[in-house]
Amino acid sequence: MIPLSWYLIFAAALFSVGLFGALSRKNAVAILLGIELMLNAINVNLVAFWRYGDVAVMAGQVFAVIVFAVAAAEVSVGLALVISVYRRRNTVIADELDMLKW
Amino acid sequence: MTAEQIIFLIVAGVTLASALLVVTTRNLVHAALWLVATLFGVAIIYAILNAGFIAVVQVVVYIGAIAILFIFAVMLTRRELRDNTPQLNRNWWSGALVAVLTFAGLASLLSRWSGFSKTAAALPSGFDAVAELGNQLVSPDAFVLPFEVASVLLLAAMVGAVYVAFTRK
Repeated sequence: MIPLSWYLIFAAALFSVGLFGALSRKNAVAILLGIELMLNAINVNLVAFWRYGDVAVMAGQVFAVIVFAVAAAEVSVGLALVISVYRRRNTVIADELDMLKW
Repeated sequence: MTAEQIIFLIVAGVTLASALLVVTTRNLVHAALWLVATLFGVAIIYAILNAGFIAVVQVVVYIGAIAILFIFAVMLTRRELRDNTPQLNRNWWSGALVAVLTFAGLASLLSRWSGFSKTAAALPSGFDAVAELGNQLVSPDAFVLPFEVASVLLLAAMVGAVYVAFTRK
């Protein structure tokens, strides 16, 4: 059997990779890619805790489903914002987007 | 080492390698395709964890919808010659430092937890995780309220996305 620690270390590594992507990428779309990696790492943790705890309590899997819905909402609004900004400013580089109104 | 552990190690290694490529590749279309590989690896991890429904939802929602949406967004916001310039900002080293410190902090915190090397009990015979999940998602005694709130959230996000991306003539 696989000990719980393997899943937790894997999820922590995936979260850190996503955090690096979200902090270090220039492109706004790439920042969202990093956020998706972090959300996936959280889901791995939730499902692993469901499996290694009491399997009759489905809260872990239900929470994972809710995280899916939140991720879908976040990415659709985020990408719509990126496309809208690109139409007006012709850039998606996060450093160049420093005005609230133009 | 059992076959299950070897499969887990291979899948986890491939998933982490493609995750690293997602955050470092210069060509963003390639980064989005590496994201598909990462999401597929995570789906296999869910399958190893006996969470069949979550694995299928991962493939359908994440790979089928979210990753394709990313590829569309990358292609709609592309400019020529941008792929040849560095894709990381000036402070990427501090981002890397924060990421490494986060990993080290999480690992040391988890290793001091008593349940860290717990192994899973076998699933009870006759236990159907998918049926149980379906029952609890729509049961008034369990999770029907969060389930409905999630659908309202998705509707609001859809209306918001259409409004924000709409071109006014």
